[in-house]
Amino acid sequence: MKKVKTAQELKILQEEIQNSRDPEKPCITICAGTGCLTYGSQKLVDNFKAEIEKQNLNGKVEVRASGCHGFCERGPLVVINPQKILYQRVGLDDAEEIIKETILNGQIIDRLLYIDPVTQEKILHEDEIPFYKRQMRLVFGMNGNIDPNSLEDYLAIGGYSALIKVLNGMEPETIIEEIKTAGLRGRGGGGFSMGLKWEATRNAPGLPKYIICNADEGDPGAYMDRSLLEGNPYSILEGMLIGAYAIGSNTGYIYVRNEYPLAVKNITIAVEKARKLGILGENILGSGFDFDVVIVRGGGAFVCGEETALIASIEGRSGEPRAKYVFPAERGLYNKPTNINNVETWANVPLVINKGAEWYRSIGTENSKGTKIFALVGKINNTGLVEVPMGITLREIVYDIGGGIPKGRKFKAVQVGGPSGGCIPESHLDLQVDFDALSKVGSMMGSGGMIVMDDRTCMVDVALYFLKFLEEESCGKCTPCREGVHQMRLILERITEGNGKEEDLKTIEWMGKAIIDGSLCGLGGTAPNPVLTTLRYFRDEYEAHIKGKTCPAGVCKALITYTIDPDLCTGCMVCARICPVEAATGEKKEVHFIDQNKCIKCGACFESCKFDAVKVS
Amino acid sequence: MAEMVTLTIDGLKIHASAGTTILEAATDSNIYIPHLCSNEELAPYGACRLCMVEIIQGERARLVASCIFEVADGLEVKTNTERVLNVRRLVIELLLSRNNKHPALRKIADELGVKETRFPVEQKGCILCGQCVRTCREVVGVSAIGFSGRGITRKIATPFMESPPDCIACGSCVYVCPVQVIPMKEENGVRTIMKYDYPMQKCRKCGQYFAPKKQLEYFSKITNLPLEHFETCVGCR
Repeated sequence: MKKVKTAQELKILQEEIQNSRDPEKPCITICAGTGCLTYGSQKLVDNFKAEIEKQNLNGKVEVRASGCHGFCERGPLVVINPQKILYQRVGLDDAEEIIKETILNGQIIDRLLYIDPVTQEKILHEDEIPFYKRQMRLVFGMNGNIDPNSLEDYLAIGGYSALIKVLNGMEPETIIEEIKTAGLRGRGGGGFSMGLKWEATRNAPGLPKYIICNADEGDPGAYMDRSLLEGNPYSILEGMLIGAYAIGSNTGYIYVRNEYPLAVKNITIAVEKARKLGILGENILGSGFDFDVVIVRGGGAFVCGEETALIASIEGRSGEPRAKYVFPAERGLYNKPTNINNVETWANVPLVINKGAEWYRSIGTENSKGTKIFALVGKINNTGLVEVPMGITLREIVYDIGGGIPKGRKFKAVQVGGPSGGCIPESHLDLQVDFDALSKVGSMMGSGGMIVMDDRTCMVDVALYFLKFLEEESCGKCTPCREGVHQMRLILERITEGNGKEEDLKTIEWMGKAIIDGSLCGLGGTAPNPVLTTLRYFRDEYEAHIKGKTCPAGVCKALITYTIDPDLCTGCMVCARICPVEAATGEKKEVHFIDQNKCIKCGACFESCKFDAVKVS
Repeated sequence: MAEMVTLTIDGLKIHASAGTTILEAATDSNIYIPHLCSNEELAPYGACRLCMVEIIQGERARLVASCIFEVADGLEVKTNTERVLNVRRLVIELLLSRNNKHPALRKIADELGVKETRFPVEQKGCILCGQCVRTCREVVGVSAIGFSGRGITRKIATPFMESPPDCIACGSCVYVCPVQVIPMKEENGVRTIMKYDYPMQKCRKCGQYFAPKKQLEYFSKITNLPLEHFETCVGCR
């Protein structure tokens, strides 16, 4: 593609590409997001390409490696277009069969179809599957239609229409008003109005102005930003271009954690191709507007997701936050006005510009407009990334989309907002997911991590897990976070080991409030949330650990014992074989026995016994 | 001349220049706010969190570090609310768990009614206020020491934990430390700071050891005057 010099030229190019594509042409889309890649989907892509070659179908059938499709539980995923047939859990050697049967003979391969667990029916099309049906995949849905490294693909689905609209005569102030009216709030956890931030940065005195894309996604279990950056990097670039134009910035930074190599690779390719096309660089589309992007990789610190620590990191300093009495919009990167937004927030911008603020407002609740992408993980049947309108209930997400809890276990809680968020119990499952509703129950939307927990999850253990994480990630500058989170972790550890004291709960509550009030930044400022919410909704579990020295969920190793019920044991020897330390022993067809001196409480016997003979007490 | 603002601290109307911090304005009016990491000669750091105060702006009440927050017209500040005292008490108990001996910490604890820390004590001495690092960087200008390690493993360190090449052995870090945990001694013409030795210079006139050689070399370098110029002690010049 040669450089485009005007908005008109880009529009013509877009139309040319769209016209040159035959919507009826068979296209095999294979998910090559990081999740499916770990299943070996790259091999599947290669196998498809080889088979196409072998069958002389080059040019007649497309093979497209796309970014994440979201239904990660069922990967590797293959979608046959134009019919939108979804094949799930595809074997790496199934390429040949799929081409022979489905592409050439129009036959469906039954065994690769998704089976509805309730109706037991096989479902043919992607959009009929309950997991997808209840979602509103406005932002994330485009992943399946493009190869993330292909600028042509992005243009083919209408990409850069928003940029064309903007450079064809939208004033910066108008753009900002549109974003403000749309009610687009930050998707990284802060939930602050994007339009207001843009406005503040535009109005702040000082040049140059900077914009930053925060791709340092650090919450354990969250991978929405990774999948967006991997799967549709051009949408983020388009959003940033529009933002930079509105704010008056010529340089954008994309700060992406180094632990996301595919995202780094794909955004780097996207930037290079955008430059070649002329939609990054000088005098973009003849508008007189210059803008380019610098990609900076994080060095492995959760705290660098905090905007002032991120800025310090870009500047080459240690990733330590500073007090935010003066916002980055006024003094940020290199002390200049800086607007920083999360990946998903940037990705929403082209949508708002293309469809308009009024349309955007029609989705969501009173104060939370649009959709949100959540990483639905943990004890859930349909693990994956889901995009839903704000206002949907937790129950709908967990049961209708998520398919409920596996192995017939019972729902216990859902952790929303990562280490800054809180656990929400069953009594609040009908809560509408939006920024305000979640804060009211002590949690927060956060960046989108949603960890589902069942009755075999110990809530004290969950709180301890998050404290350990935050203790390691704390930058260490301020006393309440550095020392306070550490001491809180020690207390919780004692409790899980059966050494809890009477006064521990009061101490934790007192510490929690003081750490929230006293910490320098949001890491410390929200660190007590997991502890305080689990204490609020599961106090009896804490008390069982402290007073009764028991772990009701059967998790805390120091407080549980695995024994074999002689009435149920059939002597099948599965536990004896699986036990890593030979603590479980017995003869064939004879009752087995667990030697408590050797047992390391790993739970492998419990998980493997088909007769429920292994008991936890 | 800087613009003046009027704020209230604990009900008292105070006038202060725009650009000063709440802590500075309070200190000027003899209102005491405990603090450990702030120092008049250094840029505000806001790490110890002892100086937290509650401010009311419009309808919102929140806690801010008074050593960093700048005064504003109409600002209402409260230095001793329950929320503030809770933070201070937690901070002092946490600091006592690192150093429960130094009088500077015990004094603040007493003022807050904290007799002892409930946390297990691990004598580390250093309270990580950063005054030594910041002094070396901002006042002395050599940045010989810095921080190393993240979170609870944070400590004051020299590059690669070896003898700091840029140290001029001036002892500023030793003097500025509020809990006096940086050791310094002089014996037989050698000054030892932490565990590093720095030979002292003998005065050309009186023969007394008076300054570390590295310090004089540094003076020579930054003033562009010959080293010999500095090799006489102040008394003999």
